[in-house]
Amino acid sequence: MTKEKALFEYLIRRADDSLILGHRLSEWCGHGPILEEDIALTNLALDLIGQATEWFQYAAEVEGEDRDEDDLAFMRIEREYKNVLLVEQTNGDFGKTIVRQFLFDHFQNLLFEKLLESEDEQIAAIAAKSIKEVRYHLKHSSEWVIRLGDGTEESHKRVQESLTDLSRFTEELFFQDEVDQILNKEGIICDTADFKDQYYKNIQAVIDEATLQLPEKQWQLDGGRKGVHSEHLGFLLTELQYMQRTYPNMKW
Amino acid sequence: MTTDITAEDIWEFLEDVKDPEVPVLTVVDLGVVREVNHIENDHWQIIITPTYSGCPAMQVIEEDIKKRLEEEGLQIDVKLVLHPAWTTDWISEKGRVKLEEYGIAPPQDEADKSVLFGEKTIVPCPKCKSKNTKLVSQFGSTACKAHYQCLDCQEPFDYFKCLK
Ligand SMILES: [Zn+2]
Repeated sequence: MTKEKALFEYLIRRADDSLILGHRLSEWCGHGPILEEDIALTNLALDLIGQATEWFQYAAEVEGEDRDEDDLAFMRIEREYKNVLLVEQTNGDFGKTIVRQFLFDHFQNLLFEKLLESEDEQIAAIAAKSIKEVRYHLKHSSEWVIRLGDGTEESHKRVQESLTDLSRFTEELFFQDEVDQILNKEGIICDTADFKDQYYKNIQAVIDEATLQLPEKQWQLDGGRKGVHSEHLGFLLTELQYMQRTYPNMKW
Repeated sequence: MTTDITAEDIWEFLEDVKDPEVPVLTVVDLGVVREVNHIENDHWQIIITPTYSGCPAMQVIEEDIKKRLEEEGLQIDVKLVLHPAWTTDWISEKGRVKLEEYGIAPPQDEADKSVLFGEKTIVPCPKCKSKNTKLVSQFGSTACKAHYQCLDCQEPFDYFKCLK
């Protein structure tokens, strides 16, 4: 694999995580439990889709073919999406959406902190831009995990169930293959193992305060980085791609 | 046509271009215009940077900048750069005053964001100046604002949140 191919693949993984989670959050528009949260979740969606745009633009530039960020976002088939499985999981109740966000925000925060030092200027610039937003996301999701976990019997029960369920997807966040090895050698990215312990430490602190339990041993799933997804992604893409598939190249 | 327009004139013209979401601020007040570069003759390049990644106003800002300067008979390229990342420190002093008069609390110096649960920021009410206010939501009507309420005069208000 050439360095350019690896870089393109890496950028697509970053972009797809943000795009798919952003799309999931946008499904809350008009359905939030309270107005403030409706606005908060759609604000998060906007930040994530904005980040995805930046990653896709750079990916398109690296690829150097006749595709732009919209082609990459809307015109690929399911197997070409390389997001982790966590972000494509369905919204469930508000608590599940928050837990999914919480597990992802803590990862993104540590990853972007490392990417600030990337030898690749554009990656460092996107990370620097995004991390400022991610810190707000992180605070929001962590506060809600505590509030719901240490809340009523019902909220505790529900958010615990979601945490148990979604903890099957945390190891995949640290997935690495040839793509990462090539870029790591060039100083473009870091080894995800460098911040994995910190990740679990950070989420554990919040989980403790929320009086929740992270399952000690949990069956771990992966496949997203290779394009092998859960059944949920297909349904999501049907909606995400509808307009571009029906009216190719439409703009508004 | 060759005119004797200077970079200073361009900055002056840009003072007419408003932020579409916070129309009391010009794009210069907001700090999104980073550079004005002369290319040749009437051809200029304007470098801008987004406030938030997904800020939907950026495209409008780009078009408005072009439109305003083309009125002066200039040929304009607008270039968007991400680095260095925009910060609320770039909002001008004049801009901060205008924000407050408009009813939006300007960004305050905040504790280090890398601390998960740092100290709470005190945001004075733009109406009655009371410091007895509470955060309603970190996320407000646009990406750049949080939602607060004054506990003295009861006014709900937007806070232009600090981004560093
Ligand atoms: Zn007041």
